[in-house]
Amino acid sequence: MTALLSARGLKLAFGGVKAADGIDLDVGAGEFLAIIGPNGAGKTTFINMTTGYLRPQAGAILYDGRPILGLAPRRLVTLGIGRSFQLPQLFGEHSVAENLALAIAAREGFWSPFRPLMRPVWRDEADEVLARFGILDLSETRADALNEGARKLVDIAVAVALRPRLILMDEPTSGVAGADKMAIVETLVRVLRDAGVTAVFVEHDMEVVGRFADRVAVWAQGRIAALGPPDEVLADPAVRRDVIGIDPGEDVHAAA
Amino acid sequence: MSRRAELVLALLGAAAVVLLSWAVPWLRFVLTIALAKGVAVLGILLLLRAGQVSFGHALYLALAAYMAAFGASRIPDTLLLLPLAGIVAAAAGLAIGLFVSRYRGIFFGMLNLALSMVFYSLLEKFYAVTRGADGLRVPATTFGGAALSAEGQSWAMLCVALIAAFGSGAFVKVYLASPLGSALSAVKTRETRLEFMGVPARLVLLAAYVLSAFLAGIGGVIVALSTRHVTPALAYWTTSGELVFIAVLGGAGGVLGPFLGAAAYELTRVYAAALVAEAWQMALGAVLLLVILFAPGGLWGMGQALAARRRPA
Repeated sequence: MTALLSARGLKLAFGGVKAADGIDLDVGAGEFLAIIGPNGAGKTTFINMTTGYLRPQAGAILYDGRPILGLAPRRLVTLGIGRSFQLPQLFGEHSVAENLALAIAAREGFWSPFRPLMRPVWRDEADEVLARFGILDLSETRADALNEGARKLVDIAVAVALRPRLILMDEPTSGVAGADKMAIVETLVRVLRDAGVTAVFVEHDMEVVGRFADRVAVWAQGRIAALGPPDEVLADPAVRRDVIGIDPGEDVHAAA
Repeated sequence: MSRRAELVLALLGAAAVVLLSWAVPWLRFVLTIALAKGVAVLGILLLLRAGQVSFGHALYLALAAYMAAFGASRIPDTLLLLPLAGIVAAAAGLAIGLFVSRYRGIFFGMLNLALSMVFYSLLEKFYAVTRGADGLRVPATTFGGAALSAEGQSWAMLCVALIAAFGSGAFVKVYLASPLGSALSAVKTRETRLEFMGVPARLVLLAAYVLSAFLAGIGGVIVALSTRHVTPALAYWTTSGELVFIAVLGGAGGVLGPFLGAAAYELTRVYAAALVAEAWQMALGAVLLLVILFAPGGLWGMGQALAARRRPA
């Protein structure tokens, strides 16, 4: 598997706190990589560095073999890197379909004042993306009237509408109630696999991680403490004690 | 509100304007000015959509008005002067917009205010060119080559104002439905996401800013050619404030709002000034207070709410 995303020796400290302390990581094309770890371990920092919001003090990030550090988020989007946010970033005054159409327009030509946002081709594509996510019925709903689970899905749908090759998701299921959570992840994984998108996601729910990640990277104090297939990593007593916070005696997979 | 209903309302409004101008001749001038301000306020509306308030758009209005005053002797035709001065205002809007579109909120508002006050001082101090506070007389202009009587001129200016109002209203409506126009409210709420769609939020605001400068310029030319006299007061911050006042009064929800607001403003001003000479500003202040407290959608929003209430019954 060739690496689509490679991080080499990333270092970034905020005052005395090391958010990245020598991160080396390769993410293969088509892979689903979960990032787990305690709060403050630098998980979001990694996403922010990869998507152009933070610049590391040392190291390099290669995307598709080319260095991308220093490129603005705007440029990274055009290279095929998408992201969703821990707090969904939707245009609240617009309908769900309009949110999607804005993404499609951003890809296809944003600057003509004479082309309506809701022109049939863009409208249809927006509906098609929503249908893939199974939320076509929300198409006319105003984005600020959605519940948390739906907002998460729409936020990711917007990222997908930009047709990325790599998508970074910061806690795609946080704030979503238990029963909805698995349904959301199921949908998400199906859509992303179908689209052949490589995904890196920060996740706290070990059930989600165990079920959907190809590999898991465990973050601890700005370093990768463990990396490997979920059943291996999640079975590691040190990971279970320090990251997941349960006694090594319990079985993590009991619920899954 | 459907596009058709809006067009019908606009046509009814235009008919009312023409009828009033015919029945009460002195209102012709008042309504021409109201339409001109309505055009300028359309630009303010675009910026309001992006959550930005400019307290300096009188700069563009005055710039175009002075351009018309200076240009009228060389290019004496209204139909040439109007777009030319509009383009000059838009060019100034581009130059200044490149700078102010980096800022948001209070900084955006105050920078615009500061720049317009600089322009105001220039107009006042360069007496040799601008005649200072006395201002400049604007020579009479022709319309497509035809010189008209005073009466004909005032009707022609009203027509020009009506056409400008329809043209700019229709364009702004189309603009607001385009990605560029829709993204304005995205600038207000979620710049991060806009950037992460590959769209520079600054350019979205800049495009609207240039358009708003153009519209303020068009309004300025009509004001200059109707009043036939320009003074630095056109660039003073109270003129900018007036545009924002009208935008809030009319409501930012639709393109008819600015015209509704401008007509209400000018008519209230004229009648209140006649009735309670010293207190007309107080009357306007009270009206604005009531609008902000009880009808945040402005007069247009109020009308829409009434229409919506009646429909199901």
